[in-house]
Amino acid sequence: MASTTTIVIGAGHCGLAMSACLTSRSIDHVVLERAEVANSWRTQRWDSLRLLTPNWMTRLPGYAYRGADPDGYLSARDVSAMLTDYARAFAAPVRTGTTVTSVRAVGGGYVVQTDQGVWRAPTVVLASGAATLPTTPGLAQLVPPGITSLTPADYRNPDGLPQGGVLVVGASASGVQLAEEIYRSGRPVTLAVGEHVRMPRTYRGRDIMWWLDAAGVLDQRHTEVDDLVRARNVPSMQLIGSPGRTVDLNALTSAGVRLVGRLAGIQDGTAQFSGSLPNVCVLADLKLGRLLDTIDAWAGGTGERFAPTAVGKPPLGLNLRSGEISTIIWATGYRPDLSWLQVPVLDRKGRIIHDGGVTACPGLYLIGMPFLRRRKSSFIDGAASDAAELTAYLAGHLDTLASLERNAS
Amino acid sequence: MTATEIPVDNGVNVEALLGVRAMLPGTPDIAKFQWRSTVSWVNGTHSRSDVETFYGFGEEQQHHTTFSYDADHPLQFAAKDNGVTPVEYVLVGLGSCLTAGIAAVAQQRSIQLRSVKATLAAEMDLHGILGADPDIRNGFSGVSVAYQIDADASAEEIAALVAQSQKRSAVFDIITNPTSVTVTVG
Repeated sequence: MASTTTIVIGAGHCGLAMSACLTSRSIDHVVLERAEVANSWRTQRWDSLRLLTPNWMTRLPGYAYRGADPDGYLSARDVSAMLTDYARAFAAPVRTGTTVTSVRAVGGGYVVQTDQGVWRAPTVVLASGAATLPTTPGLAQLVPPGITSLTPADYRNPDGLPQGGVLVVGASASGVQLAEEIYRSGRPVTLAVGEHVRMPRTYRGRDIMWWLDAAGVLDQRHTEVDDLVRARNVPSMQLIGSPGRTVDLNALTSAGVRLVGRLAGIQDGTAQFSGSLPNVCVLADLKLGRLLDTIDAWAGGTGERFAPTAVGKPPLGLNLRSGEISTIIWATGYRPDLSWLQVPVLDRKGRIIHDGGVTACPGLYLIGMPFLRRRKSSFIDGAASDAAELTAYLAGHLDTLASLERNAS
Repeated sequence: MTATEIPVDNGVNVEALLGVRAMLPGTPDIAKFQWRSTVSWVNGTHSRSDVETFYGFGEEQQHHTTFSYDADHPLQFAAKDNGVTPVEYVLVGLGSCLTAGIAAVAQQRSIQLRSVKATLAAEMDLHGILGADPDIRNGFSGVSVAYQIDADASAEEIAALVAQSQKRSAVFDIITNPTSVTVTVG
């Protein structure tokens, strides 16, 4: 059995940020990675995907973007190359091709079983990602045969789809991006829309992310929000990493995409859509208005306001057996894969209970979840401060262990 | 001059509601409710429904009295008009649910309400229930709710109240989304 002080599980941007912080404190550690560094970015992203945040926001501990296009957006391939270089630059102790099969609490520390042997450490950082497995609703089972079902993790480009109409379920970043791209390939697209976060790409002549960063919106702490459960479950913003291009519902409908309400049921081969579409659009419009007011209050003056979302007369049902729809894309979110975690820190829905990444099990930490410690925890740019603070907690725990040991001997 | 802060009071005990929500993580089963009513045919299209008990917070519960509701159809349907039609009860349910939600959300957001009124309308095509056209559904083809609200709040805040009450409304959800219904005869 090999032993170290800290085992970091996952070599994505969060695992590497942790590794950088641990390295700077000279805390002995390994980063266990099931495949290669930035595996998900290499293998689970569609071809055209780019980050939602501009390049200048691609910051990690000891790293900032220095390229020629600070206002551009990295492709998934660029991100994996950047992370590979980053890991190499500070010689992150990454064990690639090492799949964790179980994590157990044993005698005040942790035993981590992998397909390459067993590790033991007093501290473990879970950094395997919030978006490892696509989630599909149970009603996906009711889709009639003959329709191709895909998730954004399977989708690569429109050429891989059968001809014919496409129903995209979900209007977060993935859903709106795929709806737009597939519509441009010449296929009729219907987009099922539940609660969503409307966002313009630019506001008052600057990238919206610039405003959110500058006005401090992204720095809001997890202890500062009224309803943290809600804040952590807010869908991703309707954005695409493309200069000046807004992909809100008005942009999609004026291009030709048809909107329907949230997919609420499938009965006898007919998809049933919620009648709540007008309200979810009003909610998103009001929320965007409040955000722009916040920005204006910070910046002074008043910027442009966007037209209310036009919903038209959306159909409430769609016969999936008529041949009109040949593909359904379930852009209905992702969840972590924690099937190997055998430490009692999960709630009744299998989510890790934590306070800003600190679990109730001493020495066990979590990073890389939406709104973990700050609103920006969802973005690459949030990893640096989260990793620095969690490393401080972790170091404090190691000090406690050391003093207990001194007193015992 | 010092402004005297007048506490907002819409008559909603938000603390009690938030208290229930705070208890949910530890005791999720208290959230499991069952609503009930019984119905007896009287004559013609006239029926009477009683509502008395429900289940919730982990035990059997009871209203302080038994509430009775007559439903019938109007004279124009060659009925006796002993009560409103069942579809009108649906509008009653929607309007009262949304309005209760507005009061609760306003209380939570410290918005004093002075007057909340709404007019509800539901469109329906009788071809459906008369079986005269299979392409027309039995139920409403659309429902509209128009609120008039007087409150200590901006137009945006009032719009947000109304939107949030729809987001959290049971009856709004029941009307806008499909629900499985099982009817048995024993």
